[in-house]
Amino acid sequence: MKKELSHIPQNHILVPKHEKLTDKDKKSILDKYNITFEQLPRILKTDAAITHLDVKASDVIKITRTNKTAYETIFYRRVIE
Amino acid sequence: MSPEDILPKKIFEDAKQEIPEKTSASTIKKIMEALVDEYEKALVEPGESVGLVAAESIGEPSTQMTLNTFHLAGVAEMNVTMGLPRIIEILDGRKTISTPMMEIYLKKATDEKKIRSLARQIKEMTLKELIKDITINVMDTRVEIRLNKASLKEIGVDEEKIHKNISKSVKTYEAKLDGDLITLKPKTKDVDLNTLYLLREKLKGLYVAGVKGIKQVLPVRRDDEYVIITAGSNLKDIFALEFVDTTRTICNDPFEISGVLGVEAARQSIVEEIFKVIEAQGLNIDIRHVMLISDTMCTTGEIRGITRFGVVSEKPSVLARVAFETPIKHIISASLIGENDELNSVIENVMLNQPVPIGTGLPKLGMKNK
Repeated sequence: MKKELSHIPQNHILVPKHEKLTDKDKKSILDKYNITFEQLPRILKTDAAITHLDVKASDVIKITRTNKTAYETIFYRRVIE
Repeated sequence: MSPEDILPKKIFEDAKQEIPEKTSASTIKKIMEALVDEYEKALVEPGESVGLVAAESIGEPSTQMTLNTFHLAGVAEMNVTMGLPRIIEILDGRKTISTPMMEIYLKKATDEKKIRSLARQIKEMTLKELIKDITINVMDTRVEIRLNKASLKEIGVDEEKIHKNISKSVKTYEAKLDGDLITLKPKTKDVDLNTLYLLREKLKGLYVAGVKGIKQVLPVRRDDEYVIITAGSNLKDIFALEFVDTTRTICNDPFEISGVLGVEAARQSIVEEIFKVIEAQGLNIDIRHVMLISDTMCTTGEIRGITRFGVVSEKPSVLARVAFETPIKHIISASLIGENDELNSVIENVMLNQPVPIGTGLPKLGMKNK
């Protein structure tokens, strides 16, 4: 059973936007950077910031970070158990 | 690709603002082309050893850091680990840090009086702070606790709750509440004085109210609102409180943040915490170096420190691990299972007196298998 959280992690200032990629986007990312799926950085399936996305292992999460140097950077992580 | 896709958002937007309104479209195009050119020149070359540059850029200035922890002006009565010890603590990825702290923001702006009472509610209270005295009645072999009604009222806890807490934590004793007096009588006979003494000491430290782990509270005015700064942290329980702004409240422990808010938040927290120290020391280190290190620490989805148990333990090369710490251990375990070394990285090639695969040493000649 999932425990109800008293707060929503996605709303916190430290948490950047997390999105789930479609299979098509996933492939185009791997082609764009010329890497294999295993080379992507990882994120745990139980991670607090993606509980709302209903992810499974082998999904890719697109993270849009905001920072001082570039305003916006895009980062990808693959979901692991 | 248009310049907007190539340039980072910041550069693109800054440039757009700088260009005067009446500029013609062709001039803008020229400016953008020049900008893209410059930007691509400024990018890191393939094969540049960015990790090494980051290590040197942080390592050199940090030798000049003050080694002591010191008292910060403005944060009265609160001792915070700063300087090199703090940086080491963060980079090692320690699970428990030496001075955990929180900054609690509130949903609604309140006045000074209200914030003081809220701060008192948050603070962890032990029985010791809420009683007039605690005595051992030798004649009747029992412990008597006299509660302090005034301080109970202050934090909004009644006697019954304390009574309940006590009877829950010491099951072999019978607790009775009578006015402001709680008596504890052993259920079994033949309890010697020594156990009663131990019980008394145990009761003194019993948790009764507030949020566990919050050792000290300090309401501070920041701009036009009040913030509660605490020593000790407990993000999860603080977030459960109704008056806390859960979008801004933070703590200084990346591990705790990774548990409550996820790795990405922890990564951001590592960057901010390290940079806070750098700034406080008046050093000038580019934030990109710190971001690179933070990324490395968080790639697996959990925080791993830059130690032989963390990042280094996952290096694929045996020789690289040997070069770091405890070489004999690594050599023995590698030879036992027959590990292979692909010699893909820097240090193992230095050991073997070969060109290292960075910079111009990176390109290799390949052949297509047809």
